[in-house]
Amino acid sequence: MYDNPDGVMIGLEVHVQLNKLKTKVFCGCVTDYHNDPPNSHVCPVCLGLPGSMPVINKKAVEAAIKIGLALNCKVEEHTQFYRKNYYYPDLPKGFQITQYDFPISSGGYVMIEGEDGELRVGITRAHMEEDPGRLVHEGTIDKSKYTLIDYNRSGMALIEIVSDPDMRSPKEARRYLDKLRNIVGYLDVFDGNLEGAMRVDANISIMGGQRAEIKNISSFKGAERALLFEIVRQKNVLRRGGVVVQETRHFDEAREITLSMRTKEEAHDYRYFPEPDLVPLKISGWAPAIKETLPELPDARRMRFVEQYGIKDDHAKALTSELKLAIFYEDVAKKADPKTAAVWVCDVLKGELNYRDLTVEAFKKEHMLSVLELLAGRKITEDGAVDIIRTLLDKGGSPEEIIKEKGLVIVAGDIVETAALEAIVENPQAAADYQAGKVKALNSLVGVVMKKTKGGADARKVREVLIAILSDGFYPPIEREKIEKTIIKIGDVMVEVSKPIANLLKKMGYV
Amino acid sequence: MITRKDLTHIGWLSRLELSEKDIEKYTPKLNSVLDYFTELDDVDTEGVPPTYHVLPLSNVFREDEVSAQGGSLTQEEALSNAPKTQDGFFKAPRMM
Ligand SMILES: [Zn+2]
Repeated sequence: MYDNPDGVMIGLEVHVQLNKLKTKVFCGCVTDYHNDPPNSHVCPVCLGLPGSMPVINKKAVEAAIKIGLALNCKVEEHTQFYRKNYYYPDLPKGFQITQYDFPISSGGYVMIEGEDGELRVGITRAHMEEDPGRLVHEGTIDKSKYTLIDYNRSGMALIEIVSDPDMRSPKEARRYLDKLRNIVGYLDVFDGNLEGAMRVDANISIMGGQRAEIKNISSFKGAERALLFEIVRQKNVLRRGGVVVQETRHFDEAREITLSMRTKEEAHDYRYFPEPDLVPLKISGWAPAIKETLPELPDARRMRFVEQYGIKDDHAKALTSELKLAIFYEDVAKKADPKTAAVWVCDVLKGELNYRDLTVEAFKKEHMLSVLELLAGRKITEDGAVDIIRTLLDKGGSPEEIIKEKGLVIVAGDIVETAALEAIVENPQAAADYQAGKVKALNSLVGVVMKKTKGGADARKVREVLIAILSDGFYPPIEREKIEKTIIKIGDVMVEVSKPIANLLKKMGYV
Repeated sequence: MITRKDLTHIGWLSRLELSEKDIEKYTPKLNSVLDYFTELDDVDTEGVPPTYHVLPLSNVFREDEVSAQGGSLTQEEALSNAPKTQDGFFKAPRMM
């Protein structure tokens, strides 16, 4: 049981940008502006020019319903828009079109891994609104004289997901954010890799005090740090006998501190009223139809993976953390051993992708299948397989080409055996030393075998073979009682080996 | 009843700088507007659903399609009414 010593309560407001839509929420401007000059994707509507009228994008409403359903919310039959009035340069109209009463969905939850097991985080509401423009400050926010404004982002469709204050530590907040990205990522409504795709405001209080709202958090890591800082700050205020006041604070990412924004606006100052330019939406019947189209969500898929493929829950969790990865794994698992596939996709491929900041799209399924097949057929070593995966990611090509080029093909058992024998007869002193108890002498023999097999042998296997020959006097290490041993003379040294090996050595002309 | 303090606050919300003379003039004016609205309190609204929209319409949508000419103004057009610009951005005084 987690006893939450500081009485921390955290609620998060997450803005998800529906950047996979072709157009903005209330106008026909394209959403693909990320690499374009400022103010090159704007029109009278998203610039708030007089006389312009918003018309809502049907797909945005469908996406909002998808998100609501995926978060176990109730989707309303009647929903409508409001004006939230405030003057700030990122809002060209002097108000933001958002929702207030009658949000499109509310009353849901997501399950996360809490400090002491599963934690249910309530979703207060998930409503629709428009994104404001982007502000660029010359210098730091508290010093610059001017604000530069780019309205390309203005009017992008946002879903604001408001959680209940159910999280009790920055770690839980981080896990909630990861889970949210995971779930929304499955719905194909946003691309989480684009700048500003998911933005977070955090509300935090301790010991039942007033809450501070932290704005300007630009990453999930930033959210965790801002919350950690804020807990320390609020504790210090209390320790000095002060009172934490309700306020909005700005997170300074570089300095990892939060600063008071001294805002004079309170909730009632927004003077919400129904947006007269947009008529209400009556969407009963939409939710059941959209529910049919939802993909299997992460939690359900994770449970199915464990059951259907018999893989570890840790693997299932990691594999379902992204829809594309889950699909990749499942396609591979259908044609290979699912457990081995889970190990290689999850422990190896995912790590190599993360290291290179790549997504699973950078790797072909067929290549994974070839690698698994080569491993299963003992054609390559595990080290060789890792080498192939790395080379495919860095330089491309095909597994077959890479094997040939790098000489990664595994050296068959009998070749290892022959090489081991050669090593022994060419280095009888090392062999005798090992048999006399100098364990380290084995290393030089392993080295010789590796050289003979051009590194294609599995070093562990080589050791095994050498030890078998030298310790027990025979190889392969089976039915040892049935095999007679014999002492042979190699050069000046007497070595005890099994009869089959003695015969083999004779054949090779060493004895 | 709107006080001088309320008026100053409303002014601030609209980012309007009000002089002493403005406050003198507008406080009673706004109060008379507010008084006029109290006449609505006499209307019996028992059982009448709230009006959220004056038009008897719902569900007016557009498809997710880019409007003509790529949907947008050129940067030059977009900035043409702006008093101050810089490097393709609108330029405004800093606000905190
Ligand atoms: Zn537009």
